[in-house]
Amino acid sequence: MVEPRKATPLLETLLAAAAGAAMVLALGAIFLFVPTDRVQGVVQRIFYFHVPLAIVTFVAFGFTAVASALYLWRNDPKWDRRAYASAELGVLYCTLVLVTGPIWAKPIWGTWWTWDARLTTTLILWLIYIAYLMLRNLTTDPEQGARFAAILGVVGALDIPIINRSVYWWRTIHPAVLVTREGGTGLTDPRMQLTLLVAFVALLVLFLWLLKLRSSQAELEAQIGAVERALLSSA
Amino acid sequence: MWELVKKDILLEWRTREILPALLLTGVLSLVILSFSFEPGLPSRREAAPGAFWVALWVAAVYGFGRAFVAEQHNDVWQGLLLSPLDRGALYLAKTISTFVHLLIADVVLVALFVLFFDVPLALHCWPWLLSTLLASVGLAALGTLFSAIAIRTRAREVMLPLLLVPLVVPLFLGGVEVTRRSLAGQPLGSAEAWLHLMGAFDVAAVVVGWVLFEYVVED
Repeated sequence: MVEPRKATPLLETLLAAAAGAAMVLALGAIFLFVPTDRVQGVVQRIFYFHVPLAIVTFVAFGFTAVASALYLWRNDPKWDRRAYASAELGVLYCTLVLVTGPIWAKPIWGTWWTWDARLTTTLILWLIYIAYLMLRNLTTDPEQGARFAAILGVVGALDIPIINRSVYWWRTIHPAVLVTREGGTGLTDPRMQLTLLVAFVALLVLFLWLLKLRSSQAELEAQIGAVERALLSSA
Repeated sequence: MWELVKKDILLEWRTREILPALLLTGVLSLVILSFSFEPGLPSRREAAPGAFWVALWVAAVYGFGRAFVAEQHNDVWQGLLLSPLDRGALYLAKTISTFVHLLIADVVLVALFVLFFDVPLALHCWPWLLSTLLASVGLAALGTLFSAIAIRTRAREVMLPLLLVPLVVPLFLGGVEVTRRSLAGQPLGSAEAWLHLMGAFDVAAVVVGWVLFEYVVED
Protein backbone atom coordinates (compact mmCIF):
# COMPACT_ATOMS: atom_id res chain seq x y z
CA MET A 1 0.00 0.00 0.00
CA VAL A 2 2.73 2.44 0.95
CA GLU A 3 5.81 2.36 -1.19
CA PRO A 4 9.08 2.57 0.71
CA ARG A 5 10.89 5.77 -0.17
CA LYS A 6 14.47 5.79 -1.37
CA ALA A 7 16.95 7.43 0.99
CA THR A 8 17.18 10.70 -0.94
CA PRO A 9 15.96 10.98 -4.52
CA LEU A 10 18.65 11.98 -7.00
CA LEU A 11 16.79 15.13 -8.00
CA GLU A 12 16.80 16.45 -4.46
CA THR A 13 20.53 15.82 -4.06
CA LEU A 14 21.26 17.54 -7.36
CA LEU A 15 19.08 20.53 -6.50
CA ALA A 16 20.66 20.84 -3.08
CA ALA A 17 24.17 20.75 -4.53
CA ALA A 18 23.26 23.25 -7.25
CA ALA A 19 21.58 25.59 -4.76
CA GLY A 20 24.60 25.45 -2.43
CA ALA A 21 27.12 26.06 -5.21
CA ALA A 22 25.10 28.86 -6.77
CA MET A 23 24.64 30.52 -3.40
CA VAL A 24 28.38 30.49 -2.70
CA LEU A 25 28.99 31.95 -6.17
CA ALA A 26 26.32 34.59 -5.66
CA LEU A 27 27.65 35.67 -2.28
CA GLY A 28 31.18 35.79 -3.68
CA ALA A 29 30.01 37.87 -6.62
CA ILE A 30 28.02 40.26 -4.44
CA PHE A 31 30.72 40.89 -1.86
CA LEU A 32 33.97 40.45 -3.82
CA PHE A 33 33.37 40.70 -7.53
CA VAL A 34 30.79 43.35 -8.28
CA PRO A 35 31.88 47.02 -8.16
CA THR A 36 30.33 49.31 -5.59
CA ASP A 37 27.62 51.59 -6.94
CA ARG A 38 29.03 55.08 -7.39
CA VAL A 39 25.92 56.94 -6.22
CA GLN A 40 24.37 54.66 -3.63
CA GLY A 41 27.44 53.04 -2.14
CA VAL A 42 27.66 49.67 -0.42
CA VAL A 43 23.99 49.43 0.47
CA GLN A 44 23.15 48.95 -3.21
CA ARG A 45 24.56 45.41 -2.96
CA ILE A 46 21.40 44.29 -1.20
CA PHE A 47 19.68 44.83 -4.54
CA TYR A 48 21.24 41.58 -5.86
CA PHE A 49 19.21 39.67 -3.30
CA HIS A 50 16.17 41.89 -3.13
CA VAL A 51 15.19 41.77 -6.80
CA PRO A 52 15.68 38.00 -7.33
CA LEU A 53 13.77 37.36 -4.11
CA ALA A 54 10.90 39.45 -5.44
CA ILE A 55 10.86 37.66 -8.79
CA VAL A 56 10.92 34.23 -7.15
CA THR A 57 8.09 35.38 -4.84
CA PHE A 58 5.95 35.94 -7.91
CA VAL A 59 7.03 32.58 -9.32
CA ALA A 60 6.06 30.89 -6.06
CA PHE A 61 2.62 32.50 -5.77
CA GLY A 62 2.00 31.95 -9.47
CA PHE A 63 2.80 28.28 -9.00
CA THR A 64 0.49 28.15 -5.98
CA ALA A 65 -2.35 29.53 -8.10
CA VAL A 66 -1.78 27.05 -10.93
CA ALA A 67 -1.40 24.11 -8.53
CA SER A 68 -4.55 25.24 -6.64
CA ALA A 69 -6.57 25.34 -9.83
CA LEU A 70 -5.26 21.90 -10.80
CA TYR A 71 -6.18 20.57 -7.37
CA LEU A 72 -9.75 21.86 -7.64
CA TRP A 73 -10.01 20.44 -11.12
CA ARG A 74 -8.33 17.04 -10.70
CA ASN A 75 -8.87 16.58 -6.97
CA ASP A 76 -5.39 15.09 -6.67
CA PRO A 77 -3.77 15.74 -3.24
CA LYS A 78 -0.38 15.88 -4.93
CA TRP A 79 -1.24 19.30 -6.35
CA ASP A 80 -2.51 20.51 -3.03
CA ARG A 81 0.79 19.62 -1.35
CA ARG A 82 2.70 21.46 -4.07
CA ALA A 83 0.46 24.51 -3.77
CA TYR A 84 0.89 24.55 -0.01
CA ALA A 85 4.68 24.14 -0.15
CA SER A 86 4.95 26.87 -2.74
CA ALA A 87 2.75 29.23 -0.73
CA GLU A 88 4.89 28.70 2.37
CA LEU A 89 8.08 29.42 0.47
CA GLY A 90 6.42 32.36 -1.25
CA VAL A 91 5.61 33.87 2.14
CA LEU A 92 9.21 33.28 3.23
CA TYR A 93 10.62 34.95 0.12
CA CYS A 94 8.07 37.74 0.27
CA THR A 95 9.00 38.40 3.92
CA LEU A 96 12.63 38.65 2.90
CA VAL A 97 11.67 41.09 0.14
CA LEU A 98 9.85 43.20 2.70
CA VAL A 99 12.87 43.07 5.02
CA THR A 100 15.60 43.77 2.47
CA GLY A 101 13.59 46.58 0.84
CA PRO A 102 13.44 48.90 3.87
CA ILE A 103 17.09 48.23 4.72
CA TRP A 104 17.91 49.71 1.32
CA ALA A 105 15.21 52.37 1.44
CA LYS A 106 16.25 53.92 4.76
CA PRO A 107 19.61 55.31 3.59
CA ILE A 108 18.52 55.94 -0.02
CA TRP A 109 14.96 57.27 0.32
CA GLY A 110 15.42 58.43 3.89
CA THR A 111 12.45 56.38 5.09
CA TRP A 112 11.82 52.72 5.81
CA TRP A 113 8.51 52.58 4.06
CA THR A 114 6.50 54.54 1.54
CA TRP A 115 3.12 53.73 0.01
CA ASP A 116 4.54 53.32 -3.44
CA ALA A 117 2.57 51.08 -5.79
CA ARG A 118 5.10 48.25 -5.77
CA LEU A 119 5.52 48.30 -2.02
CA THR A 120 1.79 48.31 -1.45
CA THR A 121 1.19 45.44 -3.87
CA THR A 122 3.91 43.37 -2.23
CA LEU A 123 2.49 44.00 1.21
CA ILE A 124 -1.03 43.04 0.14
CA LEU A 125 0.34 39.95 -1.60
CA TRP A 126 2.03 39.00 1.66
CA LEU A 127 -1.21 39.53 3.61
CA ILE A 128 -3.20 37.35 1.20
CA TYR A 129 -0.83 34.43 1.56
CA ILE A 130 -0.50 34.85 5.33
CA ALA A 131 -4.28 34.42 5.35
CA TYR A 132 -3.80 31.37 3.09
CA LEU A 133 -1.47 29.74 5.62
CA MET A 134 -3.76 30.63 8.54
CA LEU A 135 -6.76 29.21 6.72
CA ARG A 136 -5.00 25.87 6.42
CA ASN A 137 -4.12 25.83 10.08
CA LEU A 138 -7.58 26.79 11.26
CA THR A 139 -9.69 24.20 9.46
CA THR A 140 -10.62 21.03 11.27
CA ASP A 141 -10.88 18.77 8.24
CA PRO A 142 -7.60 18.74 6.26
CA GLU A 143 -9.31 17.95 2.97
CA GLN A 144 -11.72 20.83 3.47
CA GLY A 145 -8.80 23.07 4.41
CA ALA A 146 -7.04 22.11 1.20
CA ARG A 147 -10.11 23.02 -0.85
CA PHE A 148 -10.65 26.31 0.93
CA ALA A 149 -7.01 27.25 0.55
CA ALA A 150 -7.12 26.35 -3.15
CA ILE A 151 -10.08 28.70 -3.61
CA LEU A 152 -8.14 31.50 -1.96
CA GLY A 153 -5.09 30.61 -4.07
CA VAL A 154 -7.13 31.06 -7.26
CA VAL A 155 -9.04 34.18 -6.17
CA GLY A 156 -5.85 35.78 -4.88
CA ALA A 157 -4.03 35.26 -8.17
CA LEU A 158 -6.94 36.71 -10.15
CA ASP A 159 -7.16 39.66 -7.79
CA ILE A 160 -3.50 40.64 -7.90
CA PRO A 161 -3.59 42.38 -11.31
CA ILE A 162 -6.57 44.48 -10.17
CA ILE A 163 -4.89 45.30 -6.85
CA ASN A 164 -1.72 46.27 -8.63
CA ARG A 165 -3.66 48.50 -11.04
CA SER A 166 -5.53 50.17 -8.21
CA VAL A 167 -2.51 50.91 -6.00
CA TYR A 168 -0.69 52.21 -9.03
CA TRP A 169 -3.48 54.68 -9.77
CA TRP A 170 -3.78 55.55 -6.13
CA ARG A 171 -0.17 56.64 -6.04
CA THR A 172 -0.12 58.38 -9.38
CA ILE A 173 -3.21 60.41 -8.53
CA HIS A 174 -1.41 61.61 -5.42
CA PRO A 175 1.79 63.61 -5.63
CA ALA A 176 4.83 61.39 -5.09
CA VAL A 177 6.33 62.02 -1.67
CA LEU A 178 9.69 60.67 -2.72
CA VAL A 179 11.23 61.33 -6.06
CA THR A 180 13.26 58.16 -6.37
CA ARG A 181 11.30 55.39 -8.00
CA GLU A 182 13.75 52.64 -8.77
CA GLY A 183 17.16 51.57 -7.56
CA GLY A 184 19.54 53.71 -9.54
CA THR A 185 19.85 54.35 -13.23
CA GLY A 186 19.78 50.77 -14.44
CA LEU A 187 22.59 48.27 -14.44
CA THR A 188 25.03 49.40 -17.07
CA ASP A 189 28.07 47.54 -15.76
CA PRO A 190 28.16 43.98 -17.16
CA ARG A 191 29.60 42.76 -13.85
CA MET A 192 26.46 44.00 -12.11
CA GLN A 193 24.25 42.23 -14.64
CA LEU A 194 26.18 39.01 -14.16
CA THR A 195 25.97 39.21 -10.38
CA LEU A 196 22.23 39.78 -10.56
CA LEU A 197 21.85 36.77 -12.83
CA VAL A 198 23.91 34.51 -10.56
CA ALA A 199 21.98 35.63 -7.49
CA PHE A 200 18.71 35.03 -9.31
CA VAL A 201 19.73 31.51 -10.31
CA ALA A 202 20.90 30.78 -6.76
CA LEU A 203 17.64 31.90 -5.18
CA LEU A 204 15.52 30.18 -7.82
CA VAL A 205 17.31 26.84 -7.45
CA LEU A 206 17.10 27.18 -3.68
CA PHE A 207 13.36 27.69 -4.05
CA LEU A 208 13.00 24.65 -6.30
CA TRP A 209 14.97 22.49 -3.91
CA LEU A 210 12.97 23.61 -0.87
CA LEU A 211 9.75 23.15 -2.83
CA LYS A 212 10.69 19.59 -3.69
CA LEU A 213 11.77 18.92 -0.12
CA ARG A 214 8.62 20.36 1.43
CA SER A 215 6.31 18.58 -1.01
CA SER A 216 7.89 15.21 -0.33
CA GLN A 217 7.77 15.90 3.39
CA ALA A 218 4.04 16.64 3.12
CA GLU A 219 3.63 13.44 1.13
CA LEU A 220 5.37 11.45 3.86
CA GLU A 221 3.11 13.09 6.41
CA ALA A 222 0.09 11.99 4.39
CA GLN A 223 1.46 8.44 4.17
CA ILE A 224 2.11 8.31 7.90
CA GLY A 225 -1.42 9.55 8.46
CA ALA A 226 -2.77 6.80 6.22
CA VAL A 227 -0.77 4.13 8.07
CA GLU A 228 -1.92 5.54 11.39
CA ARG A 229 -5.56 5.39 10.36
CA ALA A 230 -5.13 1.85 8.99
CA LEU A 231 -3.55 0.73 12.26
CA LEU A 232 -6.23 2.39 14.35
CA SER A 233 -9.06 0.83 12.37
CA SER A 234 -7.49 -2.64 12.50
CA ALA A 235 -6.80 -2.44 16.21
CA MET B 1 -33.47 31.13 -6.72
CA TRP B 2 -35.70 34.13 -6.12
CA GLU B 3 -37.53 32.01 -3.60
CA LEU B 4 -34.29 31.70 -1.66
CA VAL B 5 -33.69 35.43 -1.79
CA LYS B 6 -37.25 35.97 -0.60
CA LYS B 7 -36.70 33.43 2.17
CA ASP B 8 -33.59 35.22 3.41
CA ILE B 9 -35.19 38.64 3.38
CA LEU B 10 -38.43 37.44 4.94
CA LEU B 11 -36.45 35.62 7.63
CA GLU B 12 -34.53 38.76 8.35
CA TRP B 13 -37.72 40.80 8.46
CA ARG B 14 -39.26 38.42 11.00
CA THR B 15 -36.25 37.75 13.21
CA ARG B 16 -34.33 40.99 12.69
CA GLU B 17 -31.13 39.18 13.51
CA ILE B 18 -28.60 40.62 11.09
CA LEU B 19 -29.70 44.13 10.19
CA PRO B 20 -29.86 45.80 13.61
CA ALA B 21 -26.44 44.43 14.54
CA LEU B 22 -25.02 45.45 11.20
CA LEU B 23 -26.50 48.94 11.39
CA LEU B 24 -25.49 49.52 14.97
CA THR B 25 -21.88 48.49 14.47
CA GLY B 26 -21.72 50.78 11.46
CA VAL B 27 -23.27 53.67 13.36
CA LEU B 28 -21.04 53.12 16.38
CA SER B 29 -17.91 53.18 14.27
CA LEU B 30 -19.11 56.36 12.64
CA VAL B 31 -19.64 57.92 16.07
CA ILE B 32 -16.21 56.84 17.32
CA LEU B 33 -14.54 58.13 14.18
CA SER B 34 -16.49 61.33 14.51
CA PHE B 35 -15.05 61.81 18.01
CA SER B 36 -11.49 61.51 16.78
CA PHE B 37 -11.65 64.59 14.56
CA GLU B 38 -12.01 68.03 16.05
CA PRO B 39 -15.12 69.77 14.68
CA GLY B 40 -14.46 72.83 12.62
CA LEU B 41 -10.92 71.90 11.68
CA PRO B 42 -10.14 71.27 8.03
CA SER B 43 -8.71 67.88 8.99
CA ARG B 44 -12.23 66.75 9.77
CA ARG B 45 -13.38 67.35 6.26
CA GLU B 46 -10.29 65.67 4.85
CA ALA B 47 -10.74 62.61 7.01
CA ALA B 48 -14.45 62.30 6.26
CA PRO B 49 -14.19 59.95 3.26
CA GLY B 50 -11.96 57.62 5.25
CA ALA B 51 -14.37 57.61 8.18
CA PHE B 52 -17.29 56.74 5.95
CA TRP B 53 -15.51 53.81 4.36
CA VAL B 54 -14.22 52.41 7.65
CA ALA B 55 -17.77 52.47 9.02
CA LEU B 56 -19.08 50.75 5.89
CA TRP B 57 -16.39 48.11 6.18
CA VAL B 58 -17.15 47.36 9.82
CA ALA B 59 -20.87 47.07 9.11
CA ALA B 60 -20.22 44.79 6.13
CA VAL B 61 -17.97 42.39 8.01
CA TYR B 62 -20.48 42.03 10.84
CA GLY B 63 -23.23 41.41 8.35
CA PHE B 64 -21.29 38.75 6.45
CA GLY B 65 -20.38 36.99 9.66
CA ARG B 66 -24.08 36.36 10.20
CA ALA B 67 -24.93 35.50 6.59
CA PHE B 68 -24.82 31.73 6.90
CA VAL B 69 -25.82 31.44 10.56
CA ALA B 70 -29.45 30.62 9.83
CA GLU B 71 -28.42 27.75 7.58
CA GLN B 72 -26.22 26.24 10.26
CA HIS B 73 -29.12 25.32 12.50
CA ASN B 74 -31.36 22.31 11.91
CA ASP B 75 -29.29 21.07 8.96
CA VAL B 76 -30.91 23.61 6.66
CA TRP B 77 -27.74 23.63 4.64
CA GLN B 78 -27.87 19.88 4.02
CA GLY B 79 -31.44 20.24 2.89
CA LEU B 80 -30.55 23.00 0.46
CA LEU B 81 -27.68 20.99 -0.95
CA LEU B 82 -29.92 17.97 -1.45
CA SER B 83 -32.55 20.01 -3.26
CA PRO B 84 -32.32 19.97 -7.06
CA LEU B 85 -30.72 23.39 -7.14
CA ASP B 86 -27.59 24.50 -8.88
CA ARG B 87 -24.84 25.47 -6.43
CA GLY B 88 -24.30 28.62 -8.42
CA ALA B 89 -27.94 29.58 -7.86
CA LEU B 90 -27.50 29.07 -4.11
CA TYR B 91 -24.53 31.38 -4.22
CA LEU B 92 -26.30 34.06 -6.24
CA ALA B 93 -29.32 33.96 -3.94
CA LYS B 94 -27.14 34.43 -0.88
CA THR B 95 -25.15 37.19 -2.56
CA ILE B 96 -28.31 39.06 -3.49
CA SER B 97 -29.82 38.87 -0.01
CA THR B 98 -26.48 39.94 1.51
CA PHE B 99 -26.37 42.79 -0.95
CA VAL B 100 -29.88 43.91 0.01
CA HIS B 101 -28.90 43.97 3.69
CA LEU B 102 -25.79 45.92 2.86
CA LEU B 103 -27.81 48.34 0.75
CA ILE B 104 -30.08 49.17 3.69
CA ALA B 105 -26.98 49.74 5.81
CA ASP B 106 -25.60 51.99 3.06
CA VAL B 107 -28.67 54.19 3.12
CA VAL B 108 -28.55 54.60 6.90
CA LEU B 109 -24.81 55.21 6.95
CA VAL B 110 -25.00 57.77 4.17
CA ALA B 111 -27.73 59.63 6.01
CA LEU B 112 -25.84 59.62 9.33
CA PHE B 113 -22.63 60.54 7.62
CA VAL B 114 -24.26 63.60 6.07
CA LEU B 115 -25.54 64.48 9.53
CA PHE B 116 -22.36 63.89 11.57
CA PHE B 117 -19.84 65.24 9.13
CA ASP B 118 -21.99 68.08 7.85
CA VAL B 119 -21.62 67.02 4.25
CA PRO B 120 -23.47 69.17 1.74
CA LEU B 121 -25.56 66.57 -0.03
CA ALA B 122 -25.99 67.82 -3.55
CA LEU B 123 -26.33 66.60 -7.08
CA HIS B 124 -22.57 66.39 -7.57
CA CYS B 125 -22.43 63.70 -4.91
CA TRP B 126 -23.72 61.01 -7.25
CA PRO B 127 -20.26 59.45 -7.87
CA TRP B 128 -19.93 58.96 -4.14
CA LEU B 129 -23.27 57.16 -3.96
CA LEU B 130 -22.45 55.14 -7.06
CA SER B 131 -19.09 54.09 -5.60
CA THR B 132 -20.88 52.99 -2.41
CA LEU B 133 -23.24 50.91 -4.51
CA LEU B 134 -20.42 49.36 -6.55
CA ALA B 135 -18.38 48.56 -3.45
CA SER B 136 -21.41 46.88 -1.89
CA VAL B 137 -21.82 44.57 -4.88
CA GLY B 138 -18.17 43.49 -4.76
CA LEU B 139 -18.20 43.14 -0.99
CA ALA B 140 -21.37 41.04 -1.07
CA ALA B 141 -19.94 38.81 -3.82
CA LEU B 142 -16.60 38.03 -2.18
CA GLY B 143 -18.02 38.31 1.33
CA THR B 144 -20.56 35.57 0.62
CA LEU B 145 -17.92 33.27 -0.85
CA PHE B 146 -15.49 33.73 2.00
CA SER B 147 -17.99 33.78 4.84
CA ALA B 148 -19.12 30.34 3.67
CA ILE B 149 -15.48 29.34 4.13
CA ALA B 150 -14.78 31.27 7.33
CA ILE B 151 -17.84 29.91 9.12
CA ARG B 152 -16.37 26.43 8.90
CA THR B 153 -13.00 27.30 10.35
CA ARG B 154 -12.11 27.41 14.02
CA ALA B 155 -11.57 31.15 14.37
CA ARG B 156 -14.48 32.23 12.22
CA GLU B 157 -14.85 35.84 13.40
CA VAL B 158 -11.17 36.55 12.82
CA MET B 159 -10.87 34.54 9.65
CA LEU B 160 -13.37 36.49 7.55
CA PRO B 161 -11.74 39.94 7.74
CA LEU B 162 -8.34 38.31 7.40
CA LEU B 163 -9.37 36.72 4.12
CA LEU B 164 -11.43 39.60 2.85
CA VAL B 165 -9.42 42.77 3.59
CA PRO B 166 -6.46 42.19 1.26
CA LEU B 167 -8.71 41.02 -1.56
CA VAL B 168 -11.07 44.01 -1.57
CA VAL B 169 -8.36 46.68 -1.37
CA PRO B 170 -9.24 48.01 -4.86
CA LEU B 171 -12.84 48.69 -3.79
CA PHE B 172 -11.75 50.75 -0.81
CA LEU B 173 -9.03 52.66 -2.61
CA GLY B 174 -11.50 53.45 -5.36
CA GLY B 175 -14.25 54.31 -2.93
CA VAL B 176 -12.13 56.70 -0.90
CA GLU B 177 -10.74 58.43 -3.98
CA VAL B 178 -14.13 58.89 -5.62
CA THR B 179 -15.70 60.04 -2.36
CA ARG B 180 -12.96 62.59 -1.75
CA ARG B 181 -13.38 64.20 -5.14
CA SER B 182 -17.11 63.96 -5.12
CA LEU B 183 -17.56 65.57 -1.69
CA ALA B 184 -15.12 68.32 -2.55
CA GLY B 185 -17.30 69.09 -5.53
CA GLN B 186 -14.41 68.52 -7.92
CA PRO B 187 -15.10 67.25 -11.43
CA LEU B 188 -14.74 63.51 -11.63
CA GLY B 189 -11.91 63.59 -14.16
CA SER B 190 -9.48 60.73 -13.69
CA ALA B 191 -11.57 59.36 -10.82
CA GLU B 192 -14.03 58.11 -13.41
CA ALA B 193 -11.56 55.33 -14.15
CA TRP B 194 -11.99 54.19 -10.54
CA LEU B 195 -15.67 53.61 -11.08
CA HIS B 196 -14.88 51.50 -14.14
CA LEU B 197 -12.32 49.55 -12.13
CA MET B 198 -14.81 48.95 -9.32
CA GLY B 199 -17.42 47.83 -11.82
CA ALA B 200 -14.96 45.42 -13.42
CA PHE B 201 -14.00 44.15 -9.97
CA ASP B 202 -17.68 43.48 -9.20
CA VAL B 203 -18.23 41.50 -12.40
CA ALA B 204 -15.08 39.46 -11.77
CA ALA B 205 -16.01 38.87 -8.12
CA VAL B 206 -19.52 37.62 -8.94
CA VAL B 207 -18.29 35.32 -11.72
CA VAL B 208 -15.45 33.90 -9.63
CA GLY B 209 -17.73 33.39 -6.63
CA TRP B 210 -20.37 31.74 -8.78
CA VAL B 211 -17.83 29.32 -10.29
CA LEU B 212 -15.94 28.51 -7.08
CA PHE B 213 -18.83 28.29 -4.62
CA GLU B 214 -19.38 24.70 -5.69
CA TYR B 215 -16.02 23.77 -4.17
CA VAL B 216 -16.84 25.49 -0.90
CA VAL B 217 -19.98 23.52 -0.19
CA GLU B 218 -18.89 20.19 -1.68
CA ASP B 219 -18.58 17.64 1.12
